[in-house]
Amino acid sequence: MLPPVVTGWLLLIAFGPLGPIGSRLESWFGVTLMFRWTGAALAAAIMALPLMVRAMRLSIEGVDRRLEGAARTLGASPWYSFWSVSLPLALPGILAALVLGFARSIGEFGATITFVSNIPDETRTLPLAIYSALQVPGGEAMVTRLALLSVALSLGALILSEYLVRHTHGGRARHGD
Amino acid sequence: MAIDIDVAKRLGDRTIAARFTAGPGLTALFGPSGAGKTSILNMVAGLLRPDRGHIRIGERTLFGDAIDLPPEARRVGYIFQDGRLFPHRRVRANLLYGHHLADPVDRWMGFDEAVAFLGIGALLDRWPRTLSGGEAQRVAIGRALLRGPELLLMDEPLSSLDAARRGDIMAVIERIRDELKLPILYVSHDRAEVDRLATQVVTIDG
Repeated sequence: MLPPVVTGWLLLIAFGPLGPIGSRLESWFGVTLMFRWTGAALAAAIMALPLMVRAMRLSIEGVDRRLEGAARTLGASPWYSFWSVSLPLALPGILAALVLGFARSIGEFGATITFVSNIPDETRTLPLAIYSALQVPGGEAMVTRLALLSVALSLGALILSEYLVRHTHGGRARHGD
Repeated sequence: MAIDIDVAKRLGDRTIAARFTAGPGLTALFGPSGAGKTSILNMVAGLLRPDRGHIRIGERTLFGDAIDLPPEARRVGYIFQDGRLFPHRRVRANLLYGHHLADPVDRWMGFDEAVAFLGIGALLDRWPRTLSGGEAQRVAIGRALLRGPELLLMDEPLSSLDAARRGDIMAVIERIRDELKLPILYVSHDRAEVDRLATQVVTIDG
């Protein structure tokens, strides 16, 4: 995986005012991402996506595909058998992946600071706020509060995603084999 | 209504081939484990594509002559060895899954009728994971019947049950054969089961 700073730099090249995507967004839609919270959201999404896609794929692959075969013999089209059987069975895993992606986004640092800088109330993520507080004399109390908040958030996300995964309906058949 | 089957399929380094005609009643496909009996049922259900041959129910061609109906269009009910109920749906929703999808003209059994026939009225609000093996297999049979099939496939439906439950389910299968007069293709490697249930036996050597 690329260092986050490199991802941020590539975003800067692509979505900057002179970049191939950034200049078009600006001239066609009047949208600027640089130094805006929307740019921070894009950076977070791009950093969290590989992790989320991987977790989602695992949960979809974990569903017993033979259940779709059973659905087909009962009259379901391939699309409907996925929609009515595999997707609901994979749903807790998909939600768990979203929670993990959310936690990853809150902790985003490198790509964000490179692409949209560190602007209070606009692009400052939790670790960026901790980093800024560390630069200020007497900011230790603030650092402690923010650090505790991040520990609580990541622990909460971990517990929630574990809970969701454990409450998957158990795609594997329970009788016989 | 005759069921005319002539299929061959290469799977890995072995060839599974079968040619037989099944009449009314229960036709047992009998043979040792690993002879490809389940693969033959999968081909009839449309879950596995034969390399060549044909599958016909009466005048209706399911496979062959450039026809290859998808499983959902075959009107073939399948009872799997492990029940294979949908774990995220209660018994009632499992039973109705295929019933709702079936063309109303194809249905020949109503929901209440199927529930009474199988004696599963007390199970309707239960989750599949709370059912015993025998209960799960009754629900699986009901789910297949409510889809309005012209033919039932059963793949060792008794193999995960204890002796007492086996007798129960065998009695249900006999009633499907004799009262509902639904043709059944039944895979087994158990001589006693086959002797009790089969109208006709086809030996699969592999």
